[in-house]
Amino acid sequence: MKFVKTIAIALTAVVGMSGTALAAEGPEHPMQMEWSFEGPFGQFDLPSVQRGWQVFREVCANCHSLKYFHFRNLSAIGYEPDMIKAFAAEYTVPGGVDDSGDPVTRPGRPADAIPAPFANEQAARAANGGALPPDLSLIVKAREDGPNYVYSILNGYGETPAGVSIPDGKHFNKYFKGDAISMPQPLSDGMVDYQDGTPNTQEQLSKDVVNFLSFVADPHLPARHRIGLGVVGFLVIWAFVLYRSMKKLWKPVKEGKNFYEDA
Amino acid sequence: MAEWKAAKPQNKALAWFEERLPIISLVNNVVGKDTPTPRNLNYWWNFGSLAGLMLVLQIVTGIVLVMHYTPNTAMAFDSIEHFVRDVNYGYIIRTMHANGASFFFIAVYIHIFRGLYYGSYKAPREVLWMLGLVILLLMMATAFMGYVLPWGQMSFWGATVITSLFSAIPVVGKSIVTLLWGGFSVDNPTLNRFFSLHYLLPFVITGVVILHIWAKKVSDSGNPLGIDVKSGADQIPFHPYYTVKDGFGVAVFLAIFMTFVFFMPDAFGAADNFIPANPMSTPDSIVPEWYFLPFYAILRSITFNIGIPFTDIVLIPAKLLGVIAMFASILLLFFLPWLDSCKVRSAKFRPVYSKMFWFLVVDVFVLGYVGSQHPEGIVPMLGLIGTAYYFFHFLVLMPYLARKEKTLPLPESIANPVIKAAE
Repeated sequence: MKFVKTIAIALTAVVGMSGTALAAEGPEHPMQMEWSFEGPFGQFDLPSVQRGWQVFREVCANCHSLKYFHFRNLSAIGYEPDMIKAFAAEYTVPGGVDDSGDPVTRPGRPADAIPAPFANEQAARAANGGALPPDLSLIVKAREDGPNYVYSILNGYGETPAGVSIPDGKHFNKYFKGDAISMPQPLSDGMVDYQDGTPNTQEQLSKDVVNFLSFVADPHLPARHRIGLGVVGFLVIWAFVLYRSMKKLWKPVKEGKNFYEDA
Repeated sequence: MAEWKAAKPQNKALAWFEERLPIISLVNNVVGKDTPTPRNLNYWWNFGSLAGLMLVLQIVTGIVLVMHYTPNTAMAFDSIEHFVRDVNYGYIIRTMHANGASFFFIAVYIHIFRGLYYGSYKAPREVLWMLGLVILLLMMATAFMGYVLPWGQMSFWGATVITSLFSAIPVVGKSIVTLLWGGFSVDNPTLNRFFSLHYLLPFVITGVVILHIWAKKVSDSGNPLGIDVKSGADQIPFHPYYTVKDGFGVAVFLAIFMTFVFFMPDAFGAADNFIPANPMSTPDSIVPEWYFLPFYAILRSITFNIGIPFTDIVLIPAKLLGVIAMFASILLLFFLPWLDSCKVRSAKFRPVYSKMFWFLVVDVFVLGYVGSQHPEGIVPMLGLIGTAYYFFHFLVLMPYLARKEKTLPLPESIANPVIKAAE
């Protein structure tokens, strides 16, 4: 038994020490905001998602694509078919070829994906000082603590602190890895005019666009939460029914009933 | 093996069929009313059926996924996004499949640790145990290749790191890697062969599961007391007693599983895998799925060469040694029936082994933690100690305890203590 204790002490000591391991130096942790879509009952804040769509269209879309998102998906955040058609028609998209084989263009339709601002990666890099603006369809899922991370990046610009050197063409952002980000500060107070009277501060614009991008990354979240409550609720009730059945069925076994006279 | 009881269905058509293919008898004799089963199986015995359930769920959801998936480096990521976004209920099927892998491993790991605690690997169940390990190895290969298919960043870089391990094998290593890749880097041919094998292996697993159940039928279920069945009084029919108990387990397990599927679908995933694979950009840290972490820790813990002392001659380079240690950590489990020659099966009657069992569990969790961390600070040392302890447990402690441990007296029969041993 002494042997057992020695090993126990050794293991505990080793496990205990691991807690003191040095954390690697990194960017600041994202600000922790409250989001309406979090938690099992969470749903999207639709007015905010709609405003976020406006922010995306007027600001982000100048550089960022949103390739997995289609105009038709806007119906899920409360837009009427007419409005969706109007949004789509603002864009001109490639329309295949005409009868003589020449490429043609046509106005966008609801079934189209949001057209990318640049024809290809090279064009995007050439227009952005060599940096490639990432597609934003999944940006919220593709970063740890996504919604807070994107919100923090949008609000993480400021004066470069003394002692930090930022290369030419980059910008200081305390939430970005390495503190130097290629994207210039995208949002600031008053940049977008809201129709519904919501104050258009930088924080509000950021919050709205994060709500929109969270919807784009996970458009089925409302249905998922709704169905999930039914599924898990059913399983819990089913487990309860099976538990009671089991207890009842097993009563003779627990009382020592013998099923096989002779093995 | 309990004697085979032929079913005699009342229905004429069924009787006619049964005479020609006794499938009702098969079910009755394996998981039915004619399957005498120890009366004292506890909830740890639920995880076999739960693993079976997860296998079925993975195959069903996987087949639906394949209907929409495109195994091509340019389209794989997009095809899954299309499935999740535009196919009716695709997002549920996809998250069930992705989280299903994790829950399959949860069930199987608990099932294996149950076997370790209650000595399920001991005579006469050695082959049953080894078939289980074959299933584990096949599962690991299947899960690894499945994780590559979405062609995200972690898919690509995980595949690169793990397949490169084989290059450590002397002489043939490089050729093996080229064969795995189907070329000179992880690319479209790699994705295609992984897809092909990922579809094939679950059916191989199903085959081995059938053998596993057959072996269980032949050697009968073990039980928490680890003593043999002595009389009919020790047994109860599998159906309805264990079918209802397994059913209850299924409901609870599925409730937890569905909580993840519907409310935390990305809890087991890496954020990096939502970025399409990019061979030009390496992620900050390449971390395998959680179920590989202890083995990954063992692999990375070996950072020293084995050579002839006082010379520069290296006999086994560190990389190869790490690979050997990682594979050995699973392969040595095949030898447990002989490493642990103690006649007492259940750890209930082995006061020292039962404690060492829990140290092993802690050790595996420590290794899992190590595998998830950057190898810096205390982490590499912790990994080395954890690895050493893992092998120490199986190669030294088990044989030693088998000979020296003073075991407690065994109960007379299962039926006898079943009433008082209701602890």
